[in-house]
Amino acid sequence: MTAQKESTHTTDPHAAGLVASLLPCPEPVQFVDATGRRVPGGEGGRGYAQPTAEQLVETWRRMVVGRRFDVQSTALTKQGRLAVYPSSRGQEACQVGAVMALRPDDWVFPTYRDSVALITRDIDPVETLTLLRGDAHCGYDPIARHTAAQCTPLATQLIHAAGVAHGEARRGRDTVALGFIGDGATSEGDFHEALNFAAVFNAPVVFFVQNNKYAISVPLSKQTKAPSLAYKGIGYGVPSEQVDGNDAMAVLAVVNHAVQRARDGGGPFLIEAHTYRLDAHTNADDATRYREADEVTDWLTRDPIARLEAWLRSEGLVDDARVEEVTAEAEAFATALRDRMNADPQVDPMSLFDNVFAEPTPELVEQRYMVAQEIAAEQEEQE
Amino acid sequence: MTTLTMAQALNTALRDAITQDDDVVVFGEDVGTLGGVFRITDGLTRDFGEERCFDTPLAESGIVGFAVGMCMAGFRPVVEMQFDAFGYPAFEQVVSHVAKMRNRTAGAVQLPMVIRFPYAGGIGGVEHHSDSSEAYYAHTPGLKVVSPSTPADAYGLLRQAIEDPDPVVFMEPKALYWAKGEVQTPGQPLPFGRAAVRREGTDVTLIAYGPSVPVALKAADAAREEGWDVEVVDLRTITPFDDDTVARSVRRTGRCVVVTESHGFAGVGAEVAARVQERCFHSLAAPVLRVSGLDIPYPAPKLEHTYLPGVDRVLDAVARLQWDDEPDTRWLDSARGGAA
Repeated sequence: MTAQKESTHTTDPHAAGLVASLLPCPEPVQFVDATGRRVPGGEGGRGYAQPTAEQLVETWRRMVVGRRFDVQSTALTKQGRLAVYPSSRGQEACQVGAVMALRPDDWVFPTYRDSVALITRDIDPVETLTLLRGDAHCGYDPIARHTAAQCTPLATQLIHAAGVAHGEARRGRDTVALGFIGDGATSEGDFHEALNFAAVFNAPVVFFVQNNKYAISVPLSKQTKAPSLAYKGIGYGVPSEQVDGNDAMAVLAVVNHAVQRARDGGGPFLIEAHTYRLDAHTNADDATRYREADEVTDWLTRDPIARLEAWLRSEGLVDDARVEEVTAEAEAFATALRDRMNADPQVDPMSLFDNVFAEPTPELVEQRYMVAQEIAAEQEEQE
Repeated sequence: MTTLTMAQALNTALRDAITQDDDVVVFGEDVGTLGGVFRITDGLTRDFGEERCFDTPLAESGIVGFAVGMCMAGFRPVVEMQFDAFGYPAFEQVVSHVAKMRNRTAGAVQLPMVIRFPYAGGIGGVEHHSDSSEAYYAHTPGLKVVSPSTPADAYGLLRQAIEDPDPVVFMEPKALYWAKGEVQTPGQPLPFGRAAVRREGTDVTLIAYGPSVPVALKAADAAREEGWDVEVVDLRTITPFDDDTVARSVRRTGRCVVVTESHGFAGVGAEVAARVQERCFHSLAAPVLRVSGLDIPYPAPKLEHTYLPGVDRVLDAVARLQWDDEPDTRWLDSARGGAA
């Protein structure tokens, strides 16, 4: 699967094999089935390399920690410590697998549902949750971490990914940008503009769609008539693949391929990962209003962590002792998070006026003075 | 000093910025080989290469979002929205990302980008080519909004916009692209937030920006014949706003008319009028009046002269500034065209 470099305006693109080279496999790429058995030929004859044992063990470890973090974060909303939390429980193979294929200097453009991806990138969990805790809009330094602020306006961050990838390439760097997006957001115009810009500028971008079957309440069937969301790449000349998003080995294999291809100058790549959001959209949502409990139960049997763990055990790569060790590590991670989130940091109202502009405008100087006076008066009353 | 049109002054500013700063890149629709539909980027690709000035796919949200990403890689993009009304697809990128990025990342991500808009009417453009869209951007914290009225200001303000650490919405009055004036080249950036007194006077202050400044100046000349000595203040930048120059003028004249080509309702003129009465109430001899475009969708070319606020409407407003201390009859029911 090499990049198609020549013009797409051939007289017979089918004869040139162009269309075939852009299309995803007819069925999602799967390396390991739901029972943890390696699927022979599951990679669809595309030659995706099986990730190394080391990469797979580390992916599993981070999925275990990520799951515990996710469950803890949902609990923190019930304790009033987070304003809201959009869970990605059940999507760990995507969250962790996609990030594990990247170098620290590669760029990530996350959505609000990608907290587990952020901690996999070793961003501090409290900094990851700053947005959802309500302290500030972003808890970490996006430039230092090469990780954009968690994005709420759907698909808008993907054009930034194309821009930064193009800019880095112009500076002679071989960094790649990976943009996360959900199934619903593939209906947004910016998704299409981003694919087109990335293709036209041959920007090293990997578009990673987590198709978790619901856009809040709206099922995929009401979102698109496309045979697969991965078919949305072909119109832009972007090669695409669909993958079993609950099979971490397959996710890693396909993202490894896409990232290396982009790094080597092959341009953008679109991946649709079929997965499932086990929890509601957020803690504020009631998923029983739009889906049956049976559906959730069915997806529980396809759990990504159990699946990879079963395979790792069958290969002798992890054992009971290792599982116990990682479970304890995840527990300690959650406990430390809970303790830190129980602290009540003071947020300074005067900071509201920082960073609106490099230098405050006259209105901001006036309004900062007004707020300072109000605060001083309140304090005087209390004393 | 050289005599240049505003279009040439803008082109020169882009050339000087590209020459001086390797990080400046210009892109948008038709800005490359063609040089832009108004030729503002004429010859940039030829003289500096595709690396510095390039065409993009036809997608405004993509253009602005791409510029956001390029800023994150350390570039200083100058992008063109081909026409005022063609910028609306990019509105989400402008409002949700460009304006907020510095704030939402606590200063970590800065977006030193310029979004250029040929804007406003008066050139016989068909539908969707003549909007005055500045109020949408001026209403949004985090954006600087600039509109020059002379070739010299166009040069200096664009140089400042490119050097500025904040994102700048640069509104170019397309009716003034061919207006000539003296420009110092290469010249210096013109600092933002400093309004210019274009004409000194003692009786009334006309406040305008961009395409309305020549209208205000013509009205001031005509008012001379009526016996009024009119001062004209050109805001140059809507954000940041120069309250000092405006208030100093109105406190001295005691009367004020705000002239804008945009629709009046909830427009920049309303903001100016409010600021003037807040700061100058005790110096005012009459209510602050606004002269604006009509509150209708921008009309077809054959009717745009009726829409545009011209010299006569400005003079009518000046005449209504209670010179004989009588109330303005316009606000009485009988004068309101039958409206309740």
